Amino acid sequence: MTAKRQIHLAAHIPGVNNTTVWSAPDAGSQIDFDSFEHFAANAERGLFDYLFLAEGLRLREHKGLIHDLDVVGRPNTVAVLTAIAAITEHIGLVGTLSATFNEPYELARQLASLDHLSNGRAGWNVVTSSNAFTGANFRRGGFLDHADRYTRASEFVTTAKELWKSWASDAVVADKETGRFLAPGSIDRVEHHGPQFDVVGYFDVPASPQRHPVIVQAGDSADGRAFAAEHAEVVFSRHSEFAEAKAFYDDVKGRLAGWGRDEDSLKILPGATFVIGDTAEDAREKARETSLGQVSPQTAIAFVEQIWGKDLSTYDPDGPLPDIEPAVDVTLSRGRVRHDDPAAVAAVWRAKAEAEKLSIRELVIQLSGRHSFVGTAGQIAEQIDHYVQERATDGFVIVGATNPHGLDDFVAKVIPELQERGSYRTSYPEGATLRENLELPPVRAGSTSLVRETAAL
Amino acid sequence: MSDHIRIAVALEGAGWHPAAWREDDAAPTRLTTPGYWRDLVREAEQADVEFVTIEDSFLLQGSAPAGAERDVVRGRIDALLIASSVAPHTTRIGLVPTVTTIHTEPFHVATSLQTLDHTSRGRAGWRAQVSARPGENDLFGRREQPDLTGIEPAALAGSAFVRDLFDETADVIEVVRLLWDSWEDDTVIRDLATGRYIDRDRIHDPDFEGRFFSVRGASIVPRPPQGQLPVTVLAHATVPYELAARQADLVYVTPHDDVSAASILAEVRSAEERIGRSSAPLEVYADLLVLVEDTAEDARAALDRLDDRAGTPLTSDALVLATTVDDLVARIRAWHDLGYAGFRLRPARLPADLRRISRELLPALQAAGLRTPEASTASILRDRLGLAPAPNRYAIERKEVVA
Repeated sequence: MTAKRQIHLAAHIPGVNNTTVWSAPDAGSQIDFDSFEHFAANAERGLFDYLFLAEGLRLREHKGLIHDLDVVGRPNTVAVLTAIAAITEHIGLVGTLSATFNEPYELARQLASLDHLSNGRAGWNVVTSSNAFTGANFRRGGFLDHADRYTRASEFVTTAKELWKSWASDAVVADKETGRFLAPGSIDRVEHHGPQFDVVGYFDVPASPQRHPVIVQAGDSADGRAFAAEHAEVVFSRHSEFAEAKAFYDDVKGRLAGWGRDEDSLKILPGATFVIGDTAEDAREKARETSLGQVSPQTAIAFVEQIWGKDLSTYDPDGPLPDIEPAVDVTLSRGRVRHDDPAAVAAVWRAKAEAEKLSIRELVIQLSGRHSFVGTAGQIAEQIDHYVQERATDGFVIVGATNPHGLDDFVAKVIPELQERGSYRTSYPEGATLRENLELPPVRAGSTSLVRETAAL
Repeated sequence: MSDHIRIAVALEGAGWHPAAWREDDAAPTRLTTPGYWRDLVREAEQADVEFVTIEDSFLLQGSAPAGAERDVVRGRIDALLIASSVAPHTTRIGLVPTVTTIHTEPFHVATSLQTLDHTSRGRAGWRAQVSARPGENDLFGRREQPDLTGIEPAALAGSAFVRDLFDETADVIEVVRLLWDSWEDDTVIRDLATGRYIDRDRIHDPDFEGRFFSVRGASIVPRPPQGQLPVTVLAHATVPYELAARQADLVYVTPHDDVSAASILAEVRSAEERIGRSSAPLEVYADLLVLVEDTAEDARAALDRLDDRAGTPLTSDALVLATTVDDLVARIRAWHDLGYAGFRLRPARLPADLRRISRELLPALQAAGLRTPEASTASILRDRLGLAPAPNRYAIERKEVVA
């Protein structure tokens, strides 16, 4: 009998969006360090591979004003992950950091420092943006063409890897007798010249335990998938429905051979929400409650306004969708991912609302408040295991609905069921790095692309 | 004059002497580990040291090729992240990393320091530093390095190039302070009736537009415990004194004798006057590079041994004192009498001279009546430094409008 495929789980630190229910009775602070301490300790108890932290570098706006219906406010990514590293021992720390609003030298330095200070538990979710609204908070502004996002991201990662690999792992000898601090020839001067970056000189951080952080990627476009196949070691996918997840898994993993990589050198982890009940019926009731918390009447209207491009505050959230047509080329929301063609989206929503007789709020709950897994702990474990054994995913990024207690029940109830099934670890491997927790191959010496030296065309 | 002299310790690698890493009790292979820094900061905290600073630079230390003998420590990790790592393992000591201003994004500088204030629960400060040494531009490829060959140091110090660097740094500190005030204290309201998580009228965009850069939107980080973190600057000349007078709460200066101790203090005060500083006067700390032994002879011998190993006598911008605890107490008392609020001590050797400071110097200062234990109980850095609370500028405006 062959061993079961092992499930890899990440714990999503509750984010700045309406998935996080701030109105719940046990909802805590989004920013006090106590919240991060609790969340991290619980996730480590649950033997998760890593904590995942999203990033947004400008407060989101709606109708020209700061969006006030969701949780607002978050920490600086690297600073908080480093503090969490100090109070944890095994769990990985994956931060979302922009390749647009940072410079390779500085970010490479911060990530190498995090890898040192966590003893090899750092990961980087590489994101890229052409968003001029966010760019207005930075020196260069919104300078990047949409088409150049992944060109920059790819060159950014390549440059960072050149820096990380410029120190031999045994460079520091610190021989007190001779006064020789470095082994001869153990550091290389980096000389990078490219369309996006010119970086010349010596990196000043010694090689960190993992050599470089685990590279995570979340974009879904063709460019994003190509970037993933070249650079990523983990893909945070948005496809959590089984058939879609399987199709995505096959597509991205199918690209790896072109880069000389094997299937296991990349883990695919879709984001997944869940609601646990004592019975299936209990779970459905709780799911309903959670959805109502996530989609308040005001949130429902604001959600529809994003597509309609118009103020709809006079509409009844418990009534039908507006009978007026969406505005063309009006962006009411800034600082979040753009939707597709509004007229087409509106038509699809109308058809769905009419067919299922849904009010605005009910429709928005259907569209945005769906939970990936609803059931007893045993049922949820069975479903997660099914995805992984059938190679539709390698695991999931688990998203709770409240901060900081959102994953408490998952750890207490679902994790033991997964362990019972033989597809989830019962302890961390001693002294393991994040890359080892994820069962990824070690970084190959001398290679900046995972496979070849030249950037993808 | 306050009867509590404040003491900060400046942490740098294996110590401030280039050969310090070769001492028997030095730990040169642990400089990138969290335990190294945790141990040092805890040692300082137990002795009631007010705060530690942590040095930083983008440039690799030293100039010899890898493998040279008589080399210096090479490599370091990010100072703000060292402070972030130490924060959860300490409770009272201030954590003041160096964060540079020229190649960094002011927005990230603001949010990372705010986050450190959250993770340390109100103990973060900032040592703002201009970073424009030759070679740094090349690591970023975004600025042209002007040709400064042949320009005398004195001429350079007053040049337009240097003035611009300090003006840009003043703008960076200004925008960082605006970002720190961009959320009022009670912005998060969680109002179930209206479905609003925040009162957005209490968030204020900096909308900053300067000669060097612009920053539009508010911070992503809610207001931290201290609101405004203490801002500190090391200054050696008129232009930096004026920067400190314009933007800092605390300035480190480097007198070399009693005469310059008095004249530098006077220069700082006149810089404050020139720029029309309206907030509380700068807290002025003297930097001293210290090596401490039981006797003056032992201290001298230890310094000679280190200098021999380095191959060249120690030079520093700060006064180097290889001496005894008693002599240090006398020096500190004398300069405190001139008007220095505190001292930032740079240990020549780590951990040796830090231990001398924490286990011998601080108890001796207390025994001499120069420090009081009651002054060390606060766990908010502003309080430890004797700085008044920093109310949010927009909250003040609101109150004035209401009044």
